Order: sequence, then structure tokens, then C-alpha cells
Amino acid sequence: MSYRIGVDVGGTFTDVLLIESGTSKLTAAKVPSTPKDLTSGVMAGITKACQEAGITPSEVTHVLHGTTVATNAVLTGGGARVGLIVTKGFRDVLQIARSHVPGDYGAWVVYKKSDPMAPAELTFEVDERVTAHGEVLRPLDEDSVLAAARALRDKDIEALTICLINSYAYNGHERRVRELVADVLPSIPISISSEVVPEMQEYERTLTTVANSYVHPVVQHYIEDLERELKSTMSDVQLRILKSDGGLVGADRAANYPVNLLMSGPAGGVAGAVWVAEQAGYRDIITFDVGGTSTDVALVQDGKPQLRRETMIGDVSVRASSIDVRTVGAGGGSIASVPEVTKALRVGPQSAGAEPGPAAYGRGGTEPTVTDANVVLGALPTDTRLGGEMRLDRDAAVAAVSKIAEALDLSVEDAAAGIIDIVNENMYGALRLVSLEQGYDPKDFALVAFGGAGPLHANAIGKLLRSWPVIIPRSPGVLCAYGDVTTRVRQESSRTFVRQFATVDLGEVREVFTGLQALVRKALDSEGVPADQQQIAIEADIRYSGQSDAITVPVTMAELTPETIGEVRERFDQMHEHLNTFRMDTLDHEFLNLRAIGLSDPMTAAAEALPEGDGDPSGARVGEVDAYLERVWTRPTVYDRSRLRAGDRLVGPAIVQEMDSTTVILADHVGVVDRVGNIIINPQAREEATSA
Amino acid sequence: MSATVIETNTAPFTPVELDPITVDLVEKGFENALHRMNALIFRVSMSPLMREQRDSFPILTDRNGAQMAGQFGSPVQSFLDNYEGTVEEGDIFLTNDPYVTQGAISHLNDWLIVVPAFLDGRLIGWSAIFGHQTDIGGTVPGSMPIAASSLFEEGLVIPIVKLYSKGEEQKDIVKILLGNSRTPHWIRADLNALVSGARLGRNAIVEMATRFGVDEFYSAIDALKKRCHSAMQQVIRTLIPEEKATFEDYLCDDGMGTGPYKLRCTVWREGDVAHFDFEGTDAQSAASINLPYNPQMFRMLTGQLLVFVFDPGIVVNDGFRDLMEVSFPKGSWLNPHYPAASSGRTHGLGRIFDVVSGVLGQSKPEYMCAAGFSSSPHFVFSGKHDNGEDFLLFQVAFGGIPGRPVGDGVDCHSVWPKFRNMPNEYVEAHFPVVVENYETIPDSGGPGLHRGGNGLRVTYRFLEGGEISLHDDRWLTYPWGVNGGVAAARSEKHLVKADGSSIPLPSKCDGVAVEKGDLLVFATWGGGGWGDPFNRPTAAVLEDVRRGSVTVAGARRYGVVVDGEALTVDEEATARLRESMRAERGEAPWIDRGFDTVEELLARCEDETGHPAPTPPPAIDELAVPANAG
Repeated sequence: MSYRIGVDVGGTFTDVLLIESGTSKLTAAKVPSTPKDLTSGVMAGITKACQEAGITPSEVTHVLHGTTVATNAVLTGGGARVGLIVTKGFRDVLQIARSHVPGDYGAWVVYKKSDPMAPAELTFEVDERVTAHGEVLRPLDEDSVLAAARALRDKDIEALTICLINSYAYNGHERRVRELVADVLPSIPISISSEVVPEMQEYERTLTTVANSYVHPVVQHYIEDLERELKSTMSDVQLRILKSDGGLVGADRAANYPVNLLMSGPAGGVAGAVWVAEQAGYRDIITFDVGGTSTDVALVQDGKPQLRRETMIGDVSVRASSIDVRTVGAGGGSIASVPEVTKALRVGPQSAGAEPGPAAYGRGGTEPTVTDANVVLGALPTDTRLGGEMRLDRDAAVAAVSKIAEALDLSVEDAAAGIIDIVNENMYGALRLVSLEQGYDPKDFALVAFGGAGPLHANAIGKLLRSWPVIIPRSPGVLCAYGDVTTRVRQESSRTFVRQFATVDLGEVREVFTGLQALVRKALDSEGVPADQQQIAIEADIRYSGQSDAITVPVTMAELTPETIGEVRERFDQMHEHLNTFRMDTLDHEFLNLRAIGLSDPMTAAAEALPEGDGDPSGARVGEVDAYLERVWTRPTVYDRSRLRAGDRLVGPAIVQEMDSTTVILADHVGVVDRVGNIIINPQAREEATSA
Repeated sequence: MSATVIETNTAPFTPVELDPITVDLVEKGFENALHRMNALIFRVSMSPLMREQRDSFPILTDRNGAQMAGQFGSPVQSFLDNYEGTVEEGDIFLTNDPYVTQGAISHLNDWLIVVPAFLDGRLIGWSAIFGHQTDIGGTVPGSMPIAASSLFEEGLVIPIVKLYSKGEEQKDIVKILLGNSRTPHWIRADLNALVSGARLGRNAIVEMATRFGVDEFYSAIDALKKRCHSAMQQVIRTLIPEEKATFEDYLCDDGMGTGPYKLRCTVWREGDVAHFDFEGTDAQSAASINLPYNPQMFRMLTGQLLVFVFDPGIVVNDGFRDLMEVSFPKGSWLNPHYPAASSGRTHGLGRIFDVVSGVLGQSKPEYMCAAGFSSSPHFVFSGKHDNGEDFLLFQVAFGGIPGRPVGDGVDCHSVWPKFRNMPNEYVEAHFPVVVENYETIPDSGGPGLHRGGNGLRVTYRFLEGGEISLHDDRWLTYPWGVNGGVAAARSEKHLVKADGSSIPLPSKCDGVAVEKGDLLVFATWGGGGWGDPFNRPTAAVLEDVRRGSVTVAGARRYGVVVDGEALTVDEEATARLRESMRAERGEAPWIDRGFDTVEELLARCEDETGHPAPTPPPAIDELAVPANAG
């Protein structure tokens, strides 16, 4: 027998899923996370899962893992001390950035620019110059390289980036600089921009490569450590890491290009949601992940998450493919306030964070948060709390929200309802960005809600978006582990190839694609994906000549002939019209990048089915509470999710509790528990129509 | 004359009771709509100016044209007052005339799209966007001729026309637009972008009114205006004293030998009303630096600055119009007679905010900033590629954010929202130039407890011959420092020929021939310093030296002695130096302008800058008013 394992390391728990490759039979294990040494928690989880399944670890062939190690390094400023080598005349590239001050007029008065990840005092220039067309204008002055290297030697750097002007067009100088510097600084990991992101735009390329250097040592250390531990009990195991784009990659490549892992965590959630929704029969979904400080949303069409060519993390935006996850600073910990001069109700982006956290947590927080508002409303019941580790202090929540009530001259429950309305509206803004703004009508999508607070807000958000059904999967950590274990190995290879349709030699285009396909096959081979399980697709980034943004258009080799290229042109025009409301008849089309994408066959996993019930959820009933939902006092029934059975019908208003999250079902809505334990919420009328 | 709105449904709106949360939701809805309009324009516009530098600005208004969200004040009221014709569902209007819009747009390059939003046959609001078109004809590439003596030399003047009539594009009008530009494909694409963005705004208004109910929507709009009114009432009472305060600053010149042009503002409060009176501002220019300025635009921008610190979440609207009296004297360069040229108005647009900061800061100096990067200098390079195709490079440059109460100014950034620089690799890929350096200028920021941001130095090497135009300012007057902070360095431009000779170029010039291989050194100015530089922690000065923002010599302006080899501070020598510098200076002045009198400044102009001193402009009443002045 062979097995594979998915691992998700959360702030509190590490979730492990063990899957038998032949039968897809599944075993889950949950152990406490070990923040100081993450690897030991992972190993404990794997040991537990193996014991419960009654197998020996040596039977495990693959460990698949999403990690937030890189993310946290950026968010906490805990990355490496990075040196930077640039072309003479451009030492301030990170300092000047794009000269942009975010915000409205006057924002510059209070704008604080964060320090660059490679500080100016560790930035050195070398004398060389390449043109935009890849010609050497000034040869590399090797003495200037050696001088920079020697200067860096005394600066205690932990990683180095080399980014020279126009290296996307010719990278010989960057490679030579690396050779020369490596002799002087043999133990320092070096990232060169033409390998990390061979694309035009010097600031974005420098920032991306520096970000790669910044997280390189910490990620490399973690992955090597984990791999060593894994191999100590599973000699032949292969470790694969989930990238920001939702594909898996081998441990070595992950360690060398960690900038591709910055959104590994959220990607796991989206991948898990895709899989869970598919089990429930939905392939068009919007994911809605609400945490303590922020909400992440993404759109998935036909089972494929939308991708974009950048990754945003904190105030850093790097050029690395990622699932198009949009984040707003709205979560359970978001703080509500009423500025004196406007008497307007504002929620977020400030957050009470984990410490002190919401007032209801009783850890010294006094600011009113979204969680406190939910406690005041009764959506988070305080009397019927299940086995979770935290008790909620309703009096503290009421005291905090009262500050808002007084400022607005509202009752405390109306103030709380207002806080929820405003935060829902902020989330709604992000959801619109991934749907309507991309030309998708949210009515055509199901909403999959997870994260600690997603299920609390999901029904209300479903009403705003008119996205039905709202799907509430079981516990969030397990969801990410499902994502890890069900995604595919993904490799892509691309080349910038700017040619206008009118004059392009399509034979040359096919040649480039053939080369890219070969590269991708080779990469999949090296990841141990058998040739008969490799799927290779090609696509082109196309734009109207003169535009800066391109649209990624899937193509086939057969279309790339003078007779059939019109089909590609028409496909692009349609996509442009869909996205931007118009097409241009007067301009030629232009290739920007050509890309081949290799995927392994999808992995399968059977979902754990719930025992069948008779539709009556009363066996899971815990009690009733007073709750102020949609500005009406009601008495929803409270259920214990772990006691629900497949087919159970939960008529709103109802509240469903589990260890790490709480689901609200509003009046006139019905939640039905499906075969694998998802709660599928619909408006009553819709539910009756579909079930009839 | 005024516009006739054709409504098939003339039912009045019925005010309804609203909970305060709905008001907040509508406010947020307006804000979200603006973001979406911006995002769409960036995605589909094509000129580097609109798509890389993002020179376009959306506005949403109520049915009377009162701004509900936006940055620059509503152009819709002046449109309604001055358009002779009907407004029907599906119409989309276009104009670029600063006089017809009463300065809501202030030069011909800014094209304004105005779209009415109808719901069930009733007008419920307006969506508008203006964006900078790179070339609209006229006497020079880029359409901003410094020497222009009237609007008619600055390119195509578009009166208010229907670009779409009841949903139909007026193709003949488009032909005229395209036929009058050196870059017709940019005009076409950017016009599409502006129209798409404005339509999106219209749809957002309709969606909101549908979602909340049209009476609720209108009641929320009223509540938002009242909220903004009462907020601004409190802010004005807090910040603006009844006693008059006056402040002056200058535009250096008009590029035709006249200058500096005084900009003078007096502020006081009577009851709840703040008065901003620009009496004493110099006469209009015979050239193109005039700024036909809309008082409502001044209100919106100034209002935002004032209220921002009290509630950063507010979406400022027109509700406080009656709380700010604004007066620009007729015949001054802020309110010139038709048809004065105005293409170079960017310097005035920026400089006004230095003046507002200076005049308001007198009662609360601890809250004010020093003089900042109060312009958007332009660089234009045009000619032919070696394949015979025309090219036109138009770039905006950036400079020093001033020292501020919150800390140092940022180097080489923009004070205008949204603006960003063009990637140099993009420039080199599309235009025959090599950018030899793109760097901050050490010591160009004014010393202070909080250092002013440094200016930007760009050196272009031309790979083809052609012509260049420059539009910059602050080459003569300095960005001033406050609260003990020191004035920053001024701008300068040089053309370096193949033989090594260096020619100083004026700050404003057109039609300068350049040859293949020439270098243009384009240096912008820094931000003024804030607070006493002798109180700046020595560690902060040392860090600046290590980072290359301040030189070892520059550190001495802070009274800090740095060992240039070891990069350490000699604390003892520093203490001595600071003591003697303090004694020599005496008490730190409130403002450091870098000069004592204009006469003194003009007297040393040529020696310091290589350019002859300009001649001060005549007084307004000495100015001959053109016969066809409106």
C-alpha cells in the first residue's frame, strides 16, 4: 500500500490528512501546533495519523504541504538582511519605488513609507549597461563587481539580490556578477532577477527578487529541516510544497524560489474549498475566508481558481503568479469607531489582533470589535459554548459596543447590527472586485465560507451578492489540508516574446512553444510525475498593441497558422469586451508572453461521508438563545455541528456551533447537511424549488 | 443659457427616515465606485500618461451636480449652467474648455466626460471623469506651448458636445478629435477608457439607488451632505482663527521672461464661514502659466486637507459649500480673462497648497508641513524613430515630500494622488533614450528635525535627435522650511553636448533641439525641512549619510560632524559645532525662504542659475484687458 499526506499548520492546530492512494480512504488527525519549532508538530501529526490508520510511516510516498513561513517572515519583518547589487545610476530603485503615495489627496501628509527589504546602505552599484533590446552598451566592469562584493563581505548580509537594468532582455551580466560575487561570498544565497522574474519593469523586478532573497534563508531552513525529519522515518518520501498559484512544487525548487510561496496558506484554503465544493456538486464558486484581521476572497470558475501575475502581501506587491485572492482589512478583530467630527461609523482597518483581541475574549481588550458585535447580537452565543478553549465575556462585549451606541445615539443591539452591516459592506467590496469587476455575475456562483468568522457572516453576504447556495465546509484547518492533498503538481515556463500579429512569424511562435513544452516536461519529470500523467497546456498573453496589460488567452498549436490565427484574435476580442466593455477595431494585436503549463493528473480523495440522518436535526439541538438578527429579536435554535447527520434540515434562524467556528442561518433560509458534512444554505423559496 | 434635462418621470423624491448605517453604506458605495472607475481606466487606457502615470480623475455627483465623491470638485454644475441643449438618457458629453467649465478643468489637455444617470426616467446623478490627453494639436508636441498667448495656440478647443447621443456614438465628432492630434491612437483608446469608466460610475449610481430605494438613496445623499457640513463646521471653528493671516509664495516665471508671479492668500473666519481671499495675487501672464481656477475645486481640495486628520474615512462632498468663501481676483493669473492660455497651469495648481499650508499654519505651526513638491514637472521629447515613425515621450517628474509633523519627507515621490512614475525599462523599450541614472539628489531636501525629501535627478542620453520641452518651476524661489527647518535645493536642467560642454536650460522651454548622444540632466527640487535641524538626533543624520541621502558635508548643515571613512559621528565635535551654529543663527525662524526680498533674489539670479533674472509682472490694473474678455 502507498499513502500520501496533506499537512496544514495553523496558528493553533496542525491538521494532517492521510490518504490511501489506491482506495482514496482517508484518515484525519489534529494535534497542537508548535510555533517555536513547526516541524515537531508536523511530525507529531503524521505519527498520530499513521497510528490511527494502522500503517507504518515508511508506507507514505508523498507529503504535500502549504506553509505560511514565507508569509509570516514578510508580515513580521522577520526576513533576512539582504544586500543588493544594481546597475550604476539606480541605487535608489527601492527607495524611489513608483513615486506613488497611496490614498486620496493629502494622504502624503501622514504617509509613512516602510523601509525597503534591502536597505540603501546595503545597496551597491556595478558599472555596466545593457539596452532594452538586449545589446551590451557598456561591458561589465568586473573590478566594480569585486569592489561591491568586498564591501558587502563586511556587512553581515544573509542573502543577496542582483538586479541589473534590462536583464530581462539579456542576463549575461547578471550571471557573471553572480559568479564573481559567489567567489567572495561563498555561503550567501544569491537570487538574480533574470531567473526569479525575467520581466520588464525594474522596480517590480528588483522588489520581487529582493523579496525572494528576504525569505530565502528562513524558508530554506524550514524546508530542509522538515525534509530531514521526514526522511528519518520515511526514507523514500517526496516533500512537495503548495505555491501561491495553487500548484505543488518539489522541495528544492520551493526553497530556491520562495517568493512563489508567499500566498501558499490562502492558496491551500482556496484549493480545499474547490475540492469540497466539487464534492457538493459545485464548480463555480467564490471563496470567502474571514480571519481575525482580514478577509480573503477568490473566484473559481469551472473548478479553476483565477490566477494573476502578482502577489500582494501587506503593502508589498511582487511579480509572482498567485491565485487572485483579494484581501480587505475586515475580520473578527476589526475595531469599530465613531470619529467625533462626522459621527460616522467606521469599522477597521485597525484590528485588535490576537492580543489583546476583542473585549469578549477577556484579555484586556476594551475596543469594540466585530466579534464583540456578534456576541452582543447573540450570533456568537456565550452560554452554549462548546469545548473550545475560550469563554466569551458578554458583559465586556456589551460595554465595548456601548461606546458606539452612545456616540450614535442607538441601542446597543442596533449599534452592533450597524457594525456588522459596515464590515459586511467592506467584505462585499472585495467580493465585487473578484466577480463583477472581472465581468462575472456573482449570481452564477456559490459562496464557500470558511475561516474562524466566515460562517458567521456568510448568509448575510450571500444575500448581498445573491450567490447561492452558501456552502459551509467543516473546520477550516482540515479544509486547507484537503487542499494540499488534492492539488496537482504545477510547472510553468514562459518567455517574453513581443510581436505584432500582422508581422509575426507563426512558425517561430510554434517553435518557442515547443521549447517551452519541453522545459515543462523536463521539470515534471524531475518532480517524479510519470509521462503518462502529464498534461501540458499552452497560453499566450495578448494585448492590443500599445496597451500595458495583457489578457491571458488559451491557445492550441493547431491554431497558430496564418489561416487560423483569426480564431485567437476573436477569442481575445471577446475576452477584452467581457472584461473591459469594448473592443478596438483599429489596432493590431500583440503577443507579450508565451507560456506552457504542465500539470500532473488530478489526485483523488474520497470525502469522509457522514452517517445518514432522517432530516430532523433535533438530535444535535443544544438549546435556544436570544439573538438580534437583521434587526429583529428572535430565538434561534443552537445546534452542535459534530452531532449533525447527512440530510439534516436546519431551518433559520439557527446557529450551528463547532470547535473553531460558528455558522449563522438567517430567518427565511434553510441549511441542509450534505453527504460529506457541508451545510448548504439557501433562501427558503429557492431550497424548496430545488428540492421539489 | 442652461441645459434642459429631459425626464419622463418628474416625480419628486420623498425624504424618508433613515438609520445612520444606511448613510454609511451609501458613502462607502460612492467610494467603492470611484475605486472601480479608476481600476477600469488603468486597465484599458493606452497613453503612458494615463496608464502608467494615472493622470485621470473620476467624480460622482447627485442630480444637481453636487459632488458626492471625487478629488477635484464637481464640473457638473458649470456644465449644467453653460450647456445649451438637452440632456437625455444615453447621452455622453465631452468638453475640454476651461472657461466653459469655469476652471473645473483648467487646461485643454484635460478632457472631461460627463454622463447623466437616469433611473425610471428620472435623473438621479452624474458620473464624470477627466483625463490628460497627451497631444491635442497646437503649436508644440504635447500641446503645452509655453509661449502661447491664447487658448487657440494650445490645441483643439472642444465646446460641450454630445459624444454619444441617446447611446449612439457621434462618429463624425470622433473623426475631428482624432484628426487634431499627433497621437490619434492614444486619443482613441484613452477616450474609450474615459467613457467606459464614466459609464461604470453611472451604473454604480443606478445600482445604489436600486438597492437602497431611490428615496432612501436621496435621503442618504442629503444626510451625507449635512454630515460633511457639520464636520467641516467643527473643523473650521477649530483650525481657522477670526484674526486675518496672510501668506505669500511665488511661481518663479512664465518661461517668457516675466516673474516671479506672486500668489497671496489671506484667511480669516467670520462666524462659521472661512474666507480665503487671494487679493494681492499678481496679474495674469501673457503666456501659459495661468490657472483658471474653480472655487469649488479649491473648496474640495482644501476641505479634504482640513478634515483628513479628524476622520480619514470620510468621503468629502459638496455639503459645506457655504462654509468657505473663496475669491480669486479677476485678471489675476488665478482668474484670467478669456482666452488666456493655461496649458502650463500645473505649477500654480501645486503652489496653491504651499500657500494654504503657510497661511493656515500661522495659527497652528505644529500641524503644518514645509513647502513640498508643489508642481508636476513635465518632460517632452519628440522626433522620429530610425524607421521614420514619429515618437512622443511625455513624462512627469517627482520630487521631495516636505518635512512633516509626522516625520521626514519621502524622497522623489508625488503629492498628487494616484500618480506614479514610468518604469525606465518601459521608456527605453519604446523611446530612443537610455536613462543613465534615476536617483535621489543627496542634500537636496531641506535640513530639519524632520528632513525634507530629496529631489530626483534623471539623466537621459538621446539615441536620436529631436526636440525637447521642459516645464518646471522652483528654479528661482526655494521650497521653504518651517519651524526652524531650512529651505530645500532648487531645480536645475543642463544639456551636455558630445564635446562635454554643459548648457544650462531654462526651467520652462520648448523646441530645444537635441542631437544623438546629447545628455539631458533633469534635476527636480527637494522638500523643505521641518523643525530645528540642530535638534535632529545624530543617529538619524548618520543613518542618512550611510544611506547616501545626506553627504558628509551636508551633515554639517545639521551641525553633525561625521567621519567620512569610518561613517561614525564625532559627538564631541558635533556638540561644539551645534553650539556655535546655534549662536550664530540665533532663534530658529518660523519660516526659511532661502531669500530675504525678491529684489535680492533677482539680483543674484544670473550668478547662481546661469539664467537672466525675470522681470516682475505688472499690477492687475495696469494690464490691458483683451477686447473679447468674457
